Amino acid sequence: MYCRVRAGIKASPYGLPCHSGKPESPYAPMPPFFYLCWLLIHTANMKKLVLLSILLSFSALLFSQNTIPSIKVQDLKGKSIQSDKLLVAGKPLIMSFWATWCKPCVKELDMMFEKLPDWQKETGVQLVAVSIDDSRSTSKVAPFVSGRGWDFPVVLDVNGDLKRALNVVSVPHTLLFDGTGKLVYSHTGYAEGDENELIAKVKGLK
Amino acid sequence: MIRLEIGWGYMGRFNRATGTERSVTPAFRPAIVTMPANITVPGLLTVLAMLLFILPLGLRAQSGGRLSGNFQVDVQSYKTDSLIGAPRVDEKLLSNSYANLRYDWGKFSAGLRYEGYLNTLQGFDSKYDGIGIPYLFADYQAEDLGFTVGSFYEQFGSGLLLRAWEDKALGVDNSINGVRVRSTPMPGLRITGLIGRQRHFFGLGEGLVRAIDGEVTLNELIKSLNDKATRLTFGGSFVSKYQKDSDPIYKLPENVGAWAPRLQLNSGGFQLMVEYAGKINDPSADNNFIYKPGEALLLNATYSGSGIGINLTAKRVDNMSFRSDRAENLNKLMINYLPPISKNQIYSLMNLYPYSSQPNGEMGMQAEVMYQVKRGSKIGGKYGTQISLNFSAVNTIERLPVNDTTPVGTNGTMGYTSSFFKLGPDKLLRDFNIEISRKLSQKFKLITSYQYLVYNQLLLEGKGETVKAHVAVADITWKPSEEHAIRMELQGLWTRQDKGNWAMAMLEYSISPHWFFAVIDQWNYGNPDPDKRVHYLYGSMAYARDANRIMISYGKQREGILCVGGVCRNVPAMNGLTMTITSSF
Repeated sequence: MYCRVRAGIKASPYGLPCHSGKPESPYAPMPPFFYLCWLLIHTANMKKLVLLSILLSFSALLFSQNTIPSIKVQDLKGKSIQSDKLLVAGKPLIMSFWATWCKPCVKELDMMFEKLPDWQKETGVQLVAVSIDDSRSTSKVAPFVSGRGWDFPVVLDVNGDLKRALNVVSVPHTLLFDGTGKLVYSHTGYAEGDENELIAKVKGLK
Repeated sequence: MIRLEIGWGYMGRFNRATGTERSVTPAFRPAIVTMPANITVPGLLTVLAMLLFILPLGLRAQSGGRLSGNFQVDVQSYKTDSLIGAPRVDEKLLSNSYANLRYDWGKFSAGLRYEGYLNTLQGFDSKYDGIGIPYLFADYQAEDLGFTVGSFYEQFGSGLLLRAWEDKALGVDNSINGVRVRSTPMPGLRITGLIGRQRHFFGLGEGLVRAIDGEVTLNELIKSLNDKATRLTFGGSFVSKYQKDSDPIYKLPENVGAWAPRLQLNSGGFQLMVEYAGKINDPSADNNFIYKPGEALLLNATYSGSGIGINLTAKRVDNMSFRSDRAENLNKLMINYLPPISKNQIYSLMNLYPYSSQPNGEMGMQAEVMYQVKRGSKIGGKYGTQISLNFSAVNTIERLPVNDTTPVGTNGTMGYTSSFFKLGPDKLLRDFNIEISRKLSQKFKLITSYQYLVYNQLLLEGKGETVKAHVAVADITWKPSEEHAIRMELQGLWTRQDKGNWAMAMLEYSISPHWFFAVIDQWNYGNPDPDKRVHYLYGSMAYARDANRIMISYGKQREGILCVGGVCRNVPAMNGLTMTITSSF
């Protein structure tokens, strides 16, 4: 059973900021970051505590659904693009974070490359692969992509700005945005067959 | 206690008059923040500043912003194991944890990172012990102007001169804390300027970093070239660091300037990239306090055609370690980044001897070819075959004494002379690698790989001799149904040097989309010391749901070097239980 934050960060210093006694309460369960905040507040020092509570309550003021951020990335020809321009309006977008040195990532993209024509026919879904390769391997991305015959768009996130904006911890990390740019699903790691869950989510958008 | 009430709260399901909950209505929902009465003046000022800054946003936030973040915790228990060299750990259990929170609203974003090292995991610097918020930023990015205050990451060109980056697995975080301005005064011209100090554990390094970078894309600047297939981009950066000279013996430069012009040309499937970096004399602990200026050159040419990719790189580095504190070492306070030109190997035995960049001097080249044999052809088979070839060779640079009486590298002198196009006498690395990947049927996939490696352990790690090794890998995946997959890796490494021969077997079973199990055994069967012919047996399981993942492992891990992007850290031998949780929201 989840417990809920009540009235901002007004929590007793000894307990979780829980709302108790009303298990039938209609509020949605609190996402894990509230517990995280609780943890933070109990460990950070005073000044940071204040900063944090302010930041959090304001964030909560404006909290709404995740959408695709507008961050500068590069295509394989060196052209810069804003990440939100990768979305084709009305069509769902799969954004897959990968790197040339990441075997499961390459496996996942190979699999999606194989199945993409069928998926597109059914749902109109678009795929874009975001490479997080650093300057050691950024120049190898283009030959790597053509060496595997991939024909979907690939962009470079050299400074990791898009990766940070979307809170990607490790690759592979795959996100699904609906036709309006709203984040509807994300997944980390890849096991053979995971693409089936992904396409089921795409079909669920209709 | 002071109670602040700060407008329109989403969380305000609380009636402050009666202290009871009320239903959520889309109108005014005040959020209440309690603040300790003993708040300091600067603290209050910060709060007020943030109020002034964010409140207007809140008032207009009809469309809403976006709060997101991630969380990671690594916990490790330790058992002493003298056979594999796992040291005694008094705490018995250690953990590192990280949490990022960020808020995006239109062109504005702000965020922070909590880091906790309770206590720091083995293999990381124990100066991290403790908790804190070392990363805090506010950022505004419009089309033609952007600014950041607080901590940020940045890369100019390929990073030869400046790259502020983080990698938690390496314990690297050289983020810059200060101010950054980005400007695009006209299409095709980008200018970035920054000033700040670099992160050093939970504080900041001593040195100041001032940097500016400009980049011009000719095709965007000149309208008539917009749609041309040939694209030309050139740029340049200038970075200067300041650190007070308090050395009792030497007169050291307090301001060290460095510069780097670069060029990138794209035409059809071809791309050419050149970057040169130079630096005035910068005596430091890294170069044994010599007064020689530093330089580095990176040259890269690639071709991408249908089903084929070719990549050629050449590199020369001479005395190009660049840190904001001349006394620092290892992965601390690095300003620049020297990308290594060895292949990033994935299989564990191919990674037994990983190459790391040599900022004091190296010269080498790399050639890589990736080729896709067409489906249906004789060699390609029914499902196609991928072949990739890689060759890397790195030597030292030539170093000649400055005169007859001074040995090479003597501190307080020019150190040595070196001619730009001359290779040094010592081989640092030779790496030949071929990998063939083929889908045999709908259910079977096979990857085979072979590597021949020459690794100068004496010069790269300061111990042993040159290791010559052959490594072979077979990686088989069997997919009996859509959800289930079994993967097996068999690896062998054969060498007469260092710890001798190794064999490795791994079995992995995954059930999509949630479960993952693996058992790995690495066996050092050829160790010259018969007592050390140890099995490193390791088992792990993971559960994943959406962007959350928990992994639990148990067993022995060998001592080794973990490298990401040519930057490495030593990982001590371990025996015990590991748990990792990652979550992104």
